[in-house]
Amino acid sequence: MSDIPARLAALREAAPAHLVPEVLARTGLADHYALLASPLGPVFVAFTKRGVSLVDLADDPSRFQAAYRDRFGREVVPAEALPTRLEAAVDRALGAGRTRGVPVDLSGLSEFQAAVLHLAAEIPVGEVRPYGWVAREIGRPGSDRAVGNALAANPVPLVVPCHRVVRADGRFGRYSLGADANKRRLLEAEGLAVADYEALAARGVRYLGSDSTGIYCHPTCRHARQITQAHRVEFPSSAEAARAGYRPCRDCRPMAA
Amino acid sequence: MAARRRISMAELPAALAADRDAAFPHLVRALIDGVYSGALRLTGSRADAEDVAQEAFLRAYRALGTYEAARIRELRLREWVWAIAANLCRNRARSARRHPEEALPAEAPVPDTAPGPEAEAVAAVENQVLAEQLARLPWAQRSAVVLRHVTGLPYAEIAASLGRPVGTVKADVHRGLQQLSTLLEEAR
Repeated sequence: MSDIPARLAALREAAPAHLVPEVLARTGLADHYALLASPLGPVFVAFTKRGVSLVDLADDPSRFQAAYRDRFGREVVPAEALPTRLEAAVDRALGAGRTRGVPVDLSGLSEFQAAVLHLAAEIPVGEVRPYGWVAREIGRPGSDRAVGNALAANPVPLVVPCHRVVRADGRFGRYSLGADANKRRLLEAEGLAVADYEALAARGVRYLGSDSTGIYCHPTCRHARQITQAHRVEFPSSAEAARAGYRPCRDCRPMAA
Repeated sequence: MAARRRISMAELPAALAADRDAAFPHLVRALIDGVYSGALRLTGSRADAEDVAQEAFLRAYRALGTYEAARIRELRLREWVWAIAANLCRNRARSARRHPEEALPAEAPVPDTAPGPEAEAVAAVENQVLAEQLARLPWAQRSAVVLRHVTGLPYAEIAASLGRPVGTVKADVHRGLQQLSTLLEEAR
């Protein structure tokens, strides 16, 4: 029994993995996440005091926690539900696609990335806009590629609908939450007539105008959808629309020529 | 983005004095295994050990909010946290004696190396026996033995944590190990 100290040392063991996050949650130094339903299935939604900070398809909780730690340097622990101040807004975003005004915490991102994401959140449900439009709207015309990168790195997909920003040629482009095909699935679920939109884009149509109002729109703008077949005019560019004497819609703000 | 750099124990007091919220997670990660393991052997229950660890760090965090930066820079963090934790363990041990409940579940601690299942089972039983006899030591001896040999603190830190002179702590460890040896012989 002379080896008692060595045997005592063997009684030392690692604390359970949930202990550090729990301690930090009690001091307010860790964030929380909840499991919620979304059009793409269950998702983990993490949030800070400021708002939603990370969204991912619900898989292994420990993987989500590790990803959170890597990205933010903070622990994240499960919560039963979202705090009431967030609950209604997030439900609206995940359930009905109404993403405008959902509180998000983008504090780790660059000003450019945050501007792109805040603008994307304003695109109405079931509508799409080209990357170049986002670039121009945030005052950085020509930064299409950087806009694409910012959207690809969107930490809060669904809550910020990066799936509503697409390629100018009408193809949907890449999507980071699960497979690329999820982008199309989401837009379909939101009521976008995907096949019609693609057919239009394939024919080189970028804008639709109404010869009764003299206004032209993005093809998915709610005003464009109200134009009757008899009055509908197709334009390959805003320059063509302007030459024909049309002015851009004030809601969907097509790029000026 | 938040600093992911490791902060050493030596740098921690200054880091905590400069930015409590940024440095505190490093303090928790650095000490949690030791505090949990020690509390487990001092309270005899995993649930109690988790509670003690949580409560100790919570109290430490709150206390740091009330200290001047100069005082935080002078803190000997490990013994300071252990002073809080040991006190919590002692209170639990006292109330547990009055209200005995669950014994420690017979799960084995995860060994560092991976021996065969048979050797593992033997080690688990031996650890269980050792933990049971350890729990029979009087508090003075048990606390000194656990902090010295399970948690691995130096004598000076144990003395500060338990509020006893170093000489007394050394004697407690010595007598505790002797007593433990006797108890283990009897238990065979």
